[in-house]
Amino acid sequence: MSTVTIAAANVELDNEGFFIDPTQWNEHMVPELARRAGIDELTDRHWTVVRFMREQYLNTGSGPTVRVLGKTSGIPIKELYELFPHGPAKTAAKIAGIPKPRGCI
Amino acid sequence: MSDPITKVSIIISKGSLEGVYPGLIMANGARAEGIEANLFFTFFGLDAIHRERHEHIKLATVGNPGLHLPTMIGGLPGISTVMTHYMNSKMQKLDIPSIPEFVEMIADTGAGLYACKASVDMFGLEKNDFIPQVQDIITVGEFYEKAAGGHVIFT
Repeated sequence: MSTVTIAAANVELDNEGFFIDPTQWNEHMVPELARRAGIDELTDRHWTVVRFMREQYLNTGSGPTVRVLGKTSGIPIKELYELFPHGPAKTAAKIAGIPKPRGCI
Repeated sequence: MSDPITKVSIIISKGSLEGVYPGLIMANGARAEGIEANLFFTFFGLDAIHRERHEHIKLATVGNPGLHLPTMIGGLPGISTVMTHYMNSKMQKLDIPSIPEFVEMIADTGAGLYACKASVDMFGLEKNDFIPQVQDIITVGEFYEKAAGGHVIFT
């Protein structure tokens, strides 16, 4: 666990870089979180995925896996991997300030 | 902390339902973690990428003690079909994709799909017999070249 400053606010992240307390997150943090996750150019499509992840987490209590994202976010799996080459669900969850999605598929 | 895994090459050598799924789940899971993944299909594992056969992969009901079904019953005509149907419906409830859908999905994640040349020759198959996502038919030597710098998982 470590405390880091994102968009002038202190947030607590776990060893992998996921938010420990999702309520510490706000949208102003997204560009900086994206850069930390290796995404320099944040497009509308990235935003769509990040907002969708956040919404799903708030509604269901857990972030969707890549399979669920591909079926429900409106963005196909191939594009998800182009947007987030280091793992779409995992990377988008870090940027959306939610815990790591759990699920084997 | 030990070094994270950055690359895996997974070999699928069996043509039964329970022989194919684990390798697919591991490959898909690797990509979800941002790990580079290659899938290499050999021997009866080739059925998983065979245009006509990949929709008909069955659970082994004989010689499968984990199923807790007496061998005599497991060998009765139609039992494998019934048990496969049962397993598939259980998996569907958990939103686990069918084998054809899963293989296509894994190709979309950017994983490489390859068929083993020795097995392809042995079974008298050619590139056209496989789904279009299969990138190439490669030799064992070429497999090791592609697997360089990562872990090899045999299933």
